[in-house]
Amino acid sequence: MSLQIRNLTKVYGQQYAVNNISFEVAAGEIVGFLGPNGAGKSTTMKIATCYLPPTEGEVYVGGHNVVDNAMEAKRITGYLPEHNPLYLDMYVHEYLGFIGKLYGLSGNTLRQQVGEMVERCGLTREQNKKIETLSKGYRQRVGLAQALIHNPKVLILDEPTSGLDPNQLVEIRKLIKDISRDKTVIFSTHIMQEVQALCNRVVVINRGNIVADDTVEHLLQTQQSNVVVIAEFEKDVTAEQLQQLPEVISVQSLDTFKFKVVAAQGVDIRPALFRFAADNNLSLIGLKQEESSLENIFHSLTAQSPVEHNQN
Amino acid sequence: MLQVLAKEFSSFLNSLIAYVVIGVFLTGIGLLMWVFPETSVLDYGYADMDTLFSLGPYVFIFLIPAITMRSFAEEKKAGTMELLMTKPLSDWDVILGKFLATFCLVLIALVPTILYYTSVYSLGNPAGNVDTAGITGSYIGLCLLGGVFCSVGIFASSITPNQIVAFIVAAFLCFILFTGFESLATLNVWSANALMIKQLGIEYHYESLSKGLVDSRDILYFISVIFLLLSATKLILGSRQW
Repeated sequence: MSLQIRNLTKVYGQQYAVNNISFEVAAGEIVGFLGPNGAGKSTTMKIATCYLPPTEGEVYVGGHNVVDNAMEAKRITGYLPEHNPLYLDMYVHEYLGFIGKLYGLSGNTLRQQVGEMVERCGLTREQNKKIETLSKGYRQRVGLAQALIHNPKVLILDEPTSGLDPNQLVEIRKLIKDISRDKTVIFSTHIMQEVQALCNRVVVINRGNIVADDTVEHLLQTQQSNVVVIAEFEKDVTAEQLQQLPEVISVQSLDTFKFKVVAAQGVDIRPALFRFAADNNLSLIGLKQEESSLENIFHSLTAQSPVEHNQN
Repeated sequence: MLQVLAKEFSSFLNSLIAYVVIGVFLTGIGLLMWVFPETSVLDYGYADMDTLFSLGPYVFIFLIPAITMRSFAEEKKAGTMELLMTKPLSDWDVILGKFLATFCLVLIALVPTILYYTSVYSLGNPAGNVDTAGITGSYIGLCLLGGVFCSVGIFASSITPNQIVAFIVAAFLCFILFTGFESLATLNVWSANALMIKQLGIEYHYESLSKGLVDSRDILYFISVIFLLLSATKLILGSRQW
Protein backbone atom coordinates (compact mmCIF):
# COMPACT_ATOMS: atom_id res chain seq x y z
CA MET A 1 0.00 0.00 0.00
CA SER A 2 1.56 3.25 -1.06
CA LEU A 3 0.95 6.93 -0.75
CA GLN A 4 1.10 8.95 -3.94
CA ILE A 5 0.88 12.71 -4.08
CA ARG A 6 0.63 14.19 -7.58
CA ASN A 7 0.75 17.90 -8.35
CA LEU A 8 -0.98 18.74 -5.10
CA THR A 9 -1.92 22.39 -4.61
CA LYS A 10 -3.89 23.95 -1.77
CA VAL A 11 -4.72 27.61 -1.92
CA TYR A 12 -6.24 29.72 0.84
CA GLY A 13 -7.36 32.95 -0.76
CA GLN A 14 -4.15 34.26 -2.25
CA GLN A 15 -1.81 32.10 -0.23
CA TYR A 16 -0.42 28.84 -1.60
CA ALA A 17 -0.20 26.61 1.45
CA VAL A 18 0.95 23.76 -0.79
CA ASN A 19 2.25 24.57 -4.22
CA ASN A 20 2.22 21.81 -6.81
CA ILE A 21 4.06 19.15 -4.80
CA SER A 22 4.59 15.57 -5.89
CA PHE A 23 6.18 12.68 -4.10
CA GLU A 24 5.56 9.06 -3.37
CA VAL A 25 5.99 6.76 -0.40
CA ALA A 26 6.27 3.13 -1.46
CA ALA A 27 4.90 0.25 0.57
CA GLY A 28 7.19 -0.62 3.47
CA GLU A 29 8.99 2.72 3.45
CA ILE A 30 9.31 5.15 6.33
CA VAL A 31 9.54 8.72 5.12
CA GLY A 32 10.32 11.70 7.28
CA PHE A 33 8.44 14.85 6.34
CA LEU A 34 10.53 17.83 7.38
CA GLY A 35 9.89 21.50 7.17
CA PRO A 36 9.73 24.67 9.21
CA ASN A 37 6.45 25.61 10.87
CA GLY A 38 3.94 26.80 8.33
CA ALA A 39 5.64 24.98 5.46
CA GLY A 40 2.60 22.93 4.53
CA LYS A 41 3.28 19.58 6.23
CA SER A 42 0.06 19.41 8.22
CA THR A 43 -1.98 20.70 5.28
CA THR A 44 -0.58 17.95 3.08
CA MET A 45 -1.37 15.35 5.72
CA LYS A 46 -4.91 16.67 6.23
CA ILE A 47 -5.51 16.36 2.51
CA ALA A 48 -4.06 12.84 2.45
CA THR A 49 -6.43 11.80 5.26
CA CYS A 50 -9.50 13.21 3.47
CA TYR A 51 -10.07 15.98 5.98
CA LEU A 52 -9.42 18.85 3.55
CA PRO A 53 -10.09 18.89 -0.19
CA PRO A 54 -7.19 19.70 -2.53
CA THR A 55 -7.50 22.79 -4.71
CA GLU A 56 -5.69 20.95 -7.50
CA GLY A 57 -3.91 17.64 -7.92
CA GLU A 58 -4.54 14.15 -6.60
CA VAL A 59 -3.59 12.04 -3.66
CA TYR A 60 -3.81 8.26 -3.75
CA VAL A 61 -3.69 6.27 -0.53
CA GLY A 62 -3.25 2.56 -1.26
CA GLY A 63 -4.50 3.20 -4.75
CA HIS A 64 -7.68 4.96 -3.58
CA ASN A 65 -8.23 8.56 -4.57
CA VAL A 66 -8.87 10.58 -1.41
CA VAL A 67 -11.64 12.61 -3.03
CA ASP A 68 -13.47 9.91 -5.01
CA ASN A 69 -12.84 6.86 -2.79
CA ALA A 70 -12.58 8.57 0.56
CA MET A 71 -14.18 5.75 2.56
CA GLU A 72 -11.78 3.08 1.33
CA ALA A 73 -8.83 5.40 1.80
CA LYS A 74 -9.88 6.18 5.37
CA ARG A 75 -10.29 2.49 6.24
CA ILE A 76 -6.66 1.67 5.55
CA THR A 77 -5.19 4.82 7.07
CA GLY A 78 -4.07 5.42 10.60
CA TYR A 79 -3.82 9.12 11.39
CA LEU A 80 -2.41 11.00 14.35
CA PRO A 81 -3.44 14.65 13.91
CA GLU A 82 -1.21 17.54 14.86
CA HIS A 83 -2.75 18.55 18.18
CA ASN A 84 -3.80 15.01 19.07
CA PRO A 85 -7.50 15.68 19.61
CA LEU A 86 -9.05 13.24 22.04
CA TYR A 87 -12.38 12.79 23.78
CA LEU A 88 -11.20 13.85 27.20
CA ASP A 89 -14.27 12.63 29.04
CA MET A 90 -13.82 9.04 27.90
CA TYR A 91 -11.77 6.37 29.57
CA VAL A 92 -8.72 5.04 27.69
CA HIS A 93 -10.23 1.60 27.18
CA GLU A 94 -13.58 3.06 26.20
CA TYR A 95 -11.98 5.42 23.71
CA LEU A 96 -9.84 2.77 22.05
CA GLY A 97 -12.88 0.48 21.91
CA PHE A 98 -14.91 3.22 20.23
CA ILE A 99 -12.23 3.88 17.63
CA GLY A 100 -11.80 0.16 17.02
CA LYS A 101 -15.55 -0.25 16.43
CA LEU A 102 -15.50 2.61 13.94
CA TYR A 103 -13.02 0.58 11.92
CA GLY A 104 -15.28 -2.46 12.03
CA LEU A 105 -13.52 -4.40 14.79
CA SER A 106 -15.78 -6.21 17.21
CA GLY A 107 -15.99 -8.84 19.89
CA ASN A 108 -12.85 -10.77 20.69
CA THR A 109 -10.76 -9.21 17.94
CA LEU A 110 -11.54 -5.77 19.31
CA ARG A 111 -10.70 -6.74 22.86
CA GLN A 112 -7.44 -8.31 21.71
CA GLN A 113 -6.43 -5.32 19.67
CA VAL A 114 -7.26 -2.87 22.45
CA GLY A 115 -5.22 -4.96 24.89
CA GLU A 116 -2.32 -5.17 22.48
CA MET A 117 -2.34 -1.45 21.78
CA VAL A 118 -2.48 -0.64 25.49
CA GLU A 119 0.56 -2.84 26.05
CA ARG A 120 2.61 -1.72 23.07
CA CYS A 121 2.05 1.97 23.74
CA GLY A 122 2.88 1.61 27.41
CA LEU A 123 -0.59 2.49 28.68
CA THR A 124 -1.05 -0.52 30.97
CA ARG A 125 -1.08 1.50 34.16
CA GLU A 126 -3.24 4.26 32.72
CA GLN A 127 -5.78 2.18 30.85
CA ASN A 128 -8.63 2.68 33.30
CA LYS A 129 -8.24 6.39 33.71
CA LYS A 130 -10.12 9.18 32.02
CA ILE A 131 -8.09 10.72 29.25
CA GLU A 132 -8.35 14.18 30.77
CA THR A 133 -6.37 12.95 33.78
CA LEU A 134 -3.43 11.83 31.67
CA SER A 135 -0.27 13.84 31.14
CA LYS A 136 0.66 15.06 27.66
CA GLY A 137 3.02 12.19 27.02
CA TYR A 138 0.39 9.59 27.84
CA ARG A 139 -2.21 11.39 25.78
CA GLN A 140 0.22 11.27 22.88
CA ARG A 141 0.47 7.53 23.38
CA VAL A 142 -3.32 7.19 23.36
CA GLY A 143 -3.34 9.14 20.11
CA LEU A 144 -0.77 6.79 18.66
CA ALA A 145 -2.71 3.76 19.90
CA GLN A 146 -5.89 4.90 18.15
CA ALA A 147 -3.92 5.39 14.93
CA LEU A 148 -2.59 1.84 15.09
CA ILE A 149 -5.53 -0.09 16.51
CA HIS A 150 -6.95 -1.33 13.24
CA ASN A 151 -3.56 -2.34 11.90
CA PRO A 152 -3.62 0.17 9.04
CA LYS A 153 -1.52 -0.26 5.92
CA VAL A 154 -0.74 3.44 5.75
CA LEU A 155 0.32 5.49 8.77
CA ILE A 156 0.22 9.26 8.65
CA LEU A 157 1.63 10.77 11.83
CA ASP A 158 1.78 14.50 12.38
CA GLU A 159 4.54 15.18 14.93
CA PRO A 160 4.07 11.89 16.77
CA THR A 161 6.79 12.59 19.33
CA SER A 162 5.83 16.11 20.29
CA GLY A 163 5.58 16.57 24.03
CA LEU A 164 7.35 13.35 24.99
CA ASP A 165 10.21 13.20 27.46
CA PRO A 166 13.56 11.71 26.35
CA ASN A 167 12.71 8.25 27.72
CA GLN A 168 9.32 8.16 26.06
CA LEU A 169 10.88 9.41 22.83
CA VAL A 170 13.08 6.34 22.63
CA GLU A 171 10.15 4.02 23.36
CA ILE A 172 7.84 5.59 20.82
CA ARG A 173 10.54 5.63 18.16
CA LYS A 174 11.12 1.94 18.80
CA LEU A 175 7.38 1.37 18.60
CA ILE A 176 7.13 3.18 15.26
CA LYS A 177 10.09 1.21 13.96
CA ASP A 178 8.57 -2.12 15.03
CA ILE A 179 5.06 -1.35 13.87
CA SER A 180 6.12 -0.07 10.50
CA ARG A 181 7.76 -3.22 9.22
CA ASP A 182 5.15 -3.91 6.59
CA LYS A 183 3.44 -0.55 6.48
CA THR A 184 3.81 2.70 4.64
CA VAL A 185 4.70 5.38 7.14
CA ILE A 186 5.04 9.10 6.74
CA PHE A 187 5.62 11.26 9.76
CA SER A 188 6.47 14.89 10.23
CA THR A 189 8.97 16.10 12.78
CA HIS A 190 11.45 18.79 13.68
CA ILE A 191 13.86 16.43 15.44
CA MET A 192 16.74 15.48 13.18
CA GLN A 193 17.90 12.52 15.25
CA GLU A 194 14.50 10.96 14.73
CA VAL A 195 14.79 11.28 10.99
CA GLN A 196 18.25 9.75 11.01
CA ALA A 197 17.18 6.97 13.38
CA LEU A 198 13.92 5.99 11.71
CA CYS A 199 13.67 7.04 8.11
CA ASN A 200 14.78 5.57 4.85
CA ARG A 201 13.93 8.77 3.07
CA VAL A 202 13.39 12.40 3.83
CA VAL A 203 11.12 14.89 2.09
CA VAL A 204 11.82 18.50 2.97
CA ILE A 205 9.17 21.11 2.34
CA ASN A 206 9.52 24.86 2.66
CA ARG A 207 6.76 27.42 2.12
CA GLY A 208 4.63 24.95 0.19
CA ASN A 209 7.38 23.68 -2.10
CA ILE A 210 9.43 20.50 -1.92
CA VAL A 211 13.10 21.44 -1.60
CA ALA A 212 14.52 17.95 -1.15
CA ASP A 213 13.35 14.36 -1.63
CA ASP A 214 16.18 11.94 -1.04
CA THR A 215 17.60 9.22 1.16
CA VAL A 216 19.23 10.44 4.34
CA GLU A 217 22.75 9.32 3.33
CA HIS A 218 22.56 10.87 -0.08
CA LEU A 219 21.30 14.12 1.35
CA LEU A 220 24.15 14.23 3.87
CA GLN A 221 26.68 13.57 1.13
CA THR A 222 25.52 16.01 -1.47
CA GLN A 223 23.83 18.88 0.31
CA GLN A 224 26.32 20.14 2.82
CA SER A 225 28.25 22.82 1.01
CA ASN A 226 29.93 25.01 3.57
CA VAL A 227 32.44 24.04 6.20
CA VAL A 228 31.71 25.27 9.72
CA VAL A 229 34.38 25.63 12.41
CA ILE A 230 33.83 26.73 15.99
CA ALA A 231 36.84 28.71 17.23
CA GLU A 232 37.22 29.89 20.81
CA PHE A 233 39.88 32.34 21.95
CA GLU A 234 40.88 33.36 25.43
CA LYS A 235 40.63 37.11 24.81
CA ASP A 236 41.22 40.07 22.52
CA VAL A 237 39.57 38.96 19.30
CA THR A 238 36.75 40.48 17.31
CA ALA A 239 34.59 39.03 14.53
CA GLU A 240 35.87 41.66 12.11
CA GLN A 241 39.44 40.46 12.57
CA LEU A 242 38.44 36.90 11.70
CA GLN A 243 36.41 38.12 8.74
CA GLN A 244 39.61 39.50 7.25
CA LEU A 245 41.12 36.05 6.89
CA PRO A 246 41.14 34.71 3.33
CA GLU A 247 38.54 32.07 2.41
CA VAL A 248 36.30 32.97 5.34
CA ILE A 249 32.72 33.41 4.09
CA SER A 250 31.11 34.58 7.31
CA VAL A 251 31.74 34.86 11.02
CA GLN A 252 29.03 34.64 13.69
CA SER A 253 29.62 35.54 17.29
CA LEU A 254 28.44 32.79 19.69
CA ASP A 255 29.96 34.18 22.85
CA THR A 256 32.37 37.01 23.71
CA PHE A 257 35.41 35.26 22.21
CA LYS A 258 33.71 32.22 20.61
CA PHE A 259 32.93 32.30 16.92
CA LYS A 260 31.29 30.22 14.23
CA VAL A 261 33.45 30.55 11.14
CA VAL A 262 32.02 29.44 7.78
CA ALA A 263 34.24 28.62 4.83
CA ALA A 264 33.54 27.11 1.40
CA GLN A 265 33.18 23.36 0.78
CA GLY A 266 36.44 21.50 0.92
CA VAL A 267 38.40 24.32 2.58
CA ASP A 268 40.02 23.50 5.93
CA ILE A 269 40.09 26.85 7.69
CA ARG A 270 41.56 25.46 10.90
CA PRO A 271 45.28 25.89 10.02
CA ALA A 272 44.56 29.50 8.97
CA LEU A 273 42.83 30.18 12.28
CA PHE A 274 45.70 28.61 14.21
CA ARG A 275 48.26 30.71 12.33
CA PHE A 276 46.15 33.80 12.89
CA ALA A 277 46.20 33.14 16.62
CA ALA A 278 49.93 32.47 16.60
CA ASP A 279 50.74 35.57 14.51
CA ASN A 280 48.73 37.83 16.80
CA ASN A 281 49.91 36.24 20.04
CA LEU A 282 46.43 35.04 20.96
CA SER A 283 45.49 31.94 22.94
CA LEU A 284 43.34 29.63 20.86
CA ILE A 285 41.55 27.46 23.40
CA GLY A 286 39.07 25.64 21.18
CA LEU A 287 38.99 24.62 17.52
CA LYS A 288 36.30 22.21 16.28
CA GLN A 289 35.03 21.38 12.82
CA GLU A 290 31.32 20.64 12.77
CA GLU A 291 30.25 17.40 11.17
CA SER A 292 27.96 17.72 8.20
CA SER A 293 24.59 17.24 9.87
CA LEU A 294 21.00 17.04 8.88
CA GLU A 295 20.28 20.08 11.00
CA ASN A 296 22.66 22.22 8.97
CA ILE A 297 21.21 20.84 5.77
CA PHE A 298 17.76 21.70 7.08
CA HIS A 299 18.93 25.24 7.78
CA SER A 300 20.49 25.69 4.39
CA LEU A 301 17.47 24.26 2.58
CA THR A 302 14.87 26.20 4.50
CA ALA A 303 16.57 29.32 5.85
CA GLN A 304 14.98 32.55 4.72
CA SER A 305 18.28 34.49 4.86
CA PRO A 306 22.07 33.80 4.96
CA VAL A 307 23.64 31.91 7.88
CA GLU A 308 25.24 34.90 9.61
CA HIS A 309 21.85 36.50 10.31
CA ASN A 310 20.40 33.44 12.05
CA GLN A 311 19.64 34.05 15.67
CA ASN A 312 20.31 30.47 16.90
CA MET B 1 -23.82 5.38 13.33
CA LEU B 2 -24.56 3.08 16.25
CA GLN B 3 -21.06 3.60 17.65
CA VAL B 4 -21.52 7.37 17.52
CA LEU B 5 -24.95 7.02 19.14
CA ALA B 6 -23.54 4.82 21.91
CA LYS B 7 -20.62 7.15 22.51
CA GLU B 8 -22.78 10.30 22.63
CA PHE B 9 -25.28 8.67 24.99
CA SER B 10 -22.47 7.40 27.23
CA SER B 11 -21.04 10.88 27.39
CA PHE B 12 -24.44 12.22 28.48
CA LEU B 13 -24.52 9.64 31.24
CA ASN B 14 -20.86 10.16 32.19
CA SER B 15 -21.29 13.87 32.65
CA LEU B 16 -24.06 15.54 34.60
CA ILE B 17 -26.01 16.40 31.45
CA ALA B 18 -28.43 13.49 31.43
CA TYR B 19 -29.19 13.67 35.13
CA VAL B 20 -29.64 17.43 35.28
CA VAL B 21 -31.83 17.54 32.17
CA ILE B 22 -34.08 14.70 33.23
CA GLY B 23 -34.15 15.93 36.80
CA VAL B 24 -34.97 19.53 35.93
CA PHE B 25 -37.61 18.52 33.41
CA LEU B 26 -39.41 16.10 35.70
CA THR B 27 -39.12 18.36 38.73
CA GLY B 28 -40.45 21.35 36.80
CA ILE B 29 -43.32 19.48 35.16
CA GLY B 30 -44.09 17.66 38.37
CA LEU B 31 -44.34 20.86 40.34
CA LEU B 32 -46.44 22.50 37.69
CA MET B 33 -48.78 19.55 37.40
CA TRP B 34 -49.28 18.65 41.04
CA VAL B 35 -48.17 21.47 43.30
CA PHE B 36 -48.69 24.98 42.01
CA PRO B 37 -52.36 25.98 42.30
CA GLU B 38 -52.74 27.79 38.96
CA THR B 39 -51.67 24.82 36.89
CA SER B 40 -52.21 21.86 39.17
CA VAL B 41 -54.50 19.03 38.06
CA LEU B 42 -55.71 18.59 41.63
CA ASP B 43 -56.99 22.17 41.84
CA TYR B 44 -58.31 22.18 38.30
CA GLY B 45 -60.77 19.46 39.04
CA TYR B 46 -60.89 17.90 35.59
CA ALA B 47 -59.07 14.70 34.75
CA ASP B 48 -56.72 15.74 32.01
CA MET B 49 -52.99 16.35 31.51
CA ASP B 50 -53.19 19.67 29.73
CA THR B 51 -50.50 21.15 31.94
CA LEU B 52 -47.90 18.69 30.72
CA PHE B 53 -48.79 19.10 27.09
CA SER B 54 -49.19 22.87 27.06
CA LEU B 55 -46.19 23.70 29.23
CA GLY B 56 -43.94 20.81 28.20
CA PRO B 57 -42.93 22.37 24.86
CA TYR B 58 -41.84 25.57 26.62
CA VAL B 59 -39.66 23.59 29.00
CA PHE B 60 -38.25 21.77 25.97
CA ILE B 61 -37.45 25.09 24.29
CA PHE B 62 -34.77 25.80 26.82
CA LEU B 63 -33.78 22.27 27.83
CA ILE B 64 -33.23 20.62 24.46
CA PRO B 65 -30.89 23.32 23.09
CA ALA B 66 -28.94 22.88 26.33
CA ILE B 67 -28.40 19.19 25.53
CA THR B 68 -27.59 19.70 21.87
CA MET B 69 -25.43 22.83 22.05
CA ARG B 70 -22.28 20.83 22.57
CA SER B 71 -22.89 18.17 19.92
CA PHE B 72 -20.95 19.75 17.07
CA ALA B 73 -19.70 22.96 18.66
CA GLU B 74 -17.54 21.12 21.16
CA GLU B 75 -16.13 18.84 18.49
CA LYS B 76 -15.05 21.84 16.49
CA LYS B 77 -13.56 23.62 19.48
CA ALA B 78 -11.68 20.57 20.76
CA GLY B 79 -10.46 19.56 17.32
CA THR B 80 -12.09 16.14 17.51
CA MET B 81 -13.98 17.00 14.34
CA GLU B 82 -10.77 16.21 12.52
CA LEU B 83 -10.64 12.87 14.29
CA LEU B 84 -14.22 11.96 13.33
CA MET B 85 -13.95 13.16 9.75
CA THR B 86 -10.85 11.08 9.07
CA LYS B 87 -12.48 7.87 10.27
CA PRO B 88 -14.53 5.71 7.87
CA LEU B 89 -17.75 7.41 8.94
CA SER B 90 -20.11 9.16 6.62
CA ASP B 91 -21.48 12.58 7.57
CA TRP B 92 -24.94 11.04 7.94
CA ASP B 93 -23.59 8.46 10.39
CA VAL B 94 -22.33 11.24 12.63
CA ILE B 95 -25.42 13.44 12.32
CA LEU B 96 -27.92 10.63 12.86
CA GLY B 97 -25.88 9.21 15.72
CA LYS B 98 -25.90 12.52 17.55
CA PHE B 99 -29.53 13.24 16.77
CA LEU B 100 -30.74 9.84 17.94
CA ALA B 101 -28.68 10.05 21.14
CA THR B 102 -30.31 13.38 22.02
CA PHE B 103 -33.75 12.10 21.02
CA CYS B 104 -33.35 9.01 23.19
CA LEU B 105 -32.48 11.23 26.14
CA VAL B 106 -35.64 13.28 25.56
CA LEU B 107 -37.76 10.14 25.33
CA ILE B 108 -36.24 8.80 28.55
CA ALA B 109 -37.11 12.09 30.21
CA LEU B 110 -40.71 11.68 29.07
CA VAL B 111 -41.18 8.06 30.17
CA PRO B 112 -41.70 8.79 33.91
CA THR B 113 -44.60 11.10 33.01
CA ILE B 114 -46.63 7.99 32.21
CA LEU B 115 -46.90 7.77 35.98
CA TYR B 116 -48.82 11.04 35.87
CA TYR B 117 -51.21 9.48 33.39
CA THR B 118 -51.85 6.48 35.63
CA SER B 119 -52.36 8.83 38.60
CA VAL B 120 -54.89 10.99 36.76
CA TYR B 121 -56.55 7.82 35.47
CA SER B 122 -57.09 6.48 38.95
CA LEU B 123 -58.06 9.88 40.36
CA GLY B 124 -60.83 10.22 37.82
CA ASN B 125 -64.44 9.91 38.90
CA PRO B 126 -65.20 7.14 38.02
CA ALA B 127 -61.66 5.78 37.62
CA GLY B 128 -60.72 5.87 33.97
CA ASN B 129 -62.72 8.98 33.19
CA VAL B 130 -59.89 10.41 31.17
CA ASP B 131 -59.48 11.10 27.46
CA THR B 132 -56.95 8.33 26.78
CA ALA B 133 -57.02 8.80 23.02
CA GLY B 134 -56.38 12.50 23.38
CA ILE B 135 -53.55 11.89 25.76
CA THR B 136 -52.00 9.27 23.50
CA GLY B 137 -52.14 11.68 20.58
CA SER B 138 -50.63 14.37 22.75
CA TYR B 139 -47.78 12.12 23.79
CA ILE B 140 -47.04 11.30 20.17
CA GLY B 141 -47.11 15.03 19.41
CA LEU B 142 -44.80 15.84 22.32
CA CYS B 143 -42.30 13.16 21.33
CA LEU B 144 -42.23 14.34 17.72
CA LEU B 145 -41.95 17.92 18.90
CA GLY B 146 -39.00 16.86 21.01
CA GLY B 147 -37.52 15.30 17.88
CA VAL B 148 -37.91 18.50 15.91
CA PHE B 149 -36.31 20.53 18.69
CA CYS B 150 -33.40 18.06 18.79
CA SER B 151 -32.82 18.47 15.07
CA VAL B 152 -32.95 22.27 15.45
CA GLY B 153 -30.38 22.01 18.23
CA ILE B 154 -28.07 19.78 16.18
CA PHE B 155 -28.31 22.16 13.25
CA ALA B 156 -27.59 25.22 15.42
CA SER B 157 -24.60 23.44 16.95
CA SER B 158 -23.15 22.70 13.53
CA ILE B 159 -23.12 26.31 12.35
CA THR B 160 -20.85 27.66 15.09
CA PRO B 161 -17.99 26.50 17.32
CA ASN B 162 -19.38 28.64 20.14
CA GLN B 163 -21.76 26.70 22.39
CA ILE B 164 -23.55 29.76 23.74
CA VAL B 165 -24.37 30.98 20.25
CA ALA B 166 -25.55 27.47 19.40
CA PHE B 167 -27.85 27.45 22.44
CA ILE B 168 -29.38 30.84 21.72
CA VAL B 169 -29.87 30.18 18.02
CA ALA B 170 -31.45 26.80 18.81
CA ALA B 171 -33.77 28.19 21.47
CA PHE B 172 -34.81 31.04 19.22
CA LEU B 173 -35.46 28.77 16.24
CA CYS B 174 -37.44 26.36 18.41
CA PHE B 175 -39.58 29.21 19.68
CA ILE B 176 -40.18 30.60 16.19
CA LEU B 177 -41.07 27.19 14.85
CA PHE B 178 -43.43 26.48 17.73
CA THR B 179 -45.36 29.71 18.26
CA GLY B 180 -43.93 32.11 15.74
CA PHE B 181 -46.07 31.01 12.86
CA GLU B 182 -49.28 31.30 14.88
CA SER B 183 -48.41 34.89 15.65
CA LEU B 184 -47.30 35.61 12.09
CA ALA B 185 -50.62 34.31 10.78
CA THR B 186 -52.49 37.01 12.74
CA LEU B 187 -50.91 39.79 10.68
CA ASN B 188 -53.38 41.55 8.39
CA VAL B 189 -50.98 41.60 5.43
CA TRP B 190 -51.62 38.02 4.46
CA SER B 191 -54.91 37.20 6.17
CA ALA B 192 -55.97 35.27 3.09
CA ASN B 193 -53.17 32.77 3.66
CA ALA B 194 -53.44 32.71 7.43
CA LEU B 195 -54.26 29.02 7.58
CA MET B 196 -51.34 28.02 5.39
CA ILE B 197 -48.92 30.05 7.50
CA LYS B 198 -50.31 28.47 10.65
CA GLN B 199 -49.76 25.05 9.13
CA LEU B 200 -46.08 25.82 8.70
CA GLY B 201 -45.73 26.03 12.46
CA ILE B 202 -45.50 23.19 14.97
CA GLU B 203 -48.35 24.34 17.22
CA TYR B 204 -51.02 23.72 14.60
CA HIS B 205 -49.99 20.14 14.08
CA TYR B 206 -49.37 19.60 17.76
CA GLU B 207 -52.89 20.77 18.63
CA SER B 208 -54.25 18.61 15.84
CA LEU B 209 -52.57 15.51 17.25
CA SER B 210 -53.80 16.38 20.75
CA LYS B 211 -57.38 15.92 19.63
CA GLY B 212 -56.74 12.20 19.60
CA LEU B 213 -56.88 11.50 15.90
CA VAL B 214 -53.42 10.64 14.67
CA ASP B 215 -53.46 12.21 11.22
CA SER B 216 -50.66 11.15 8.88
CA ARG B 217 -50.34 14.74 7.63
CA ASP B 218 -49.26 15.84 11.08
CA ILE B 219 -46.81 12.95 11.49
CA LEU B 220 -45.42 13.68 8.04
CA TYR B 221 -45.01 17.33 8.95
CA PHE B 222 -42.85 16.54 11.94
CA ILE B 223 -40.77 14.00 10.06
CA SER B 224 -40.28 16.42 7.16
CA VAL B 225 -39.06 19.19 9.45
CA ILE B 226 -36.62 16.81 11.14
CA PHE B 227 -35.37 15.61 7.77
CA LEU B 228 -35.03 19.18 6.48
CA LEU B 229 -33.00 20.36 9.45
CA LEU B 230 -30.73 17.31 9.46
CA SER B 231 -30.16 17.75 5.71
CA ALA B 232 -29.22 21.35 6.36
CA THR B 233 -26.75 20.07 8.96
CA LYS B 234 -25.31 17.65 6.38
CA LEU B 235 -24.91 20.57 4.00
CA ILE B 236 -23.03 22.58 6.61
CA LEU B 237 -20.76 19.65 7.45
CA GLY B 238 -20.15 18.89 3.80
CA SER B 239 -19.16 22.49 3.07
CA ARG B 240 -15.62 21.79 4.22
CA GLN B 241 -15.19 19.81 1.00
CA TRP B 242 -16.11 22.71 -1.31
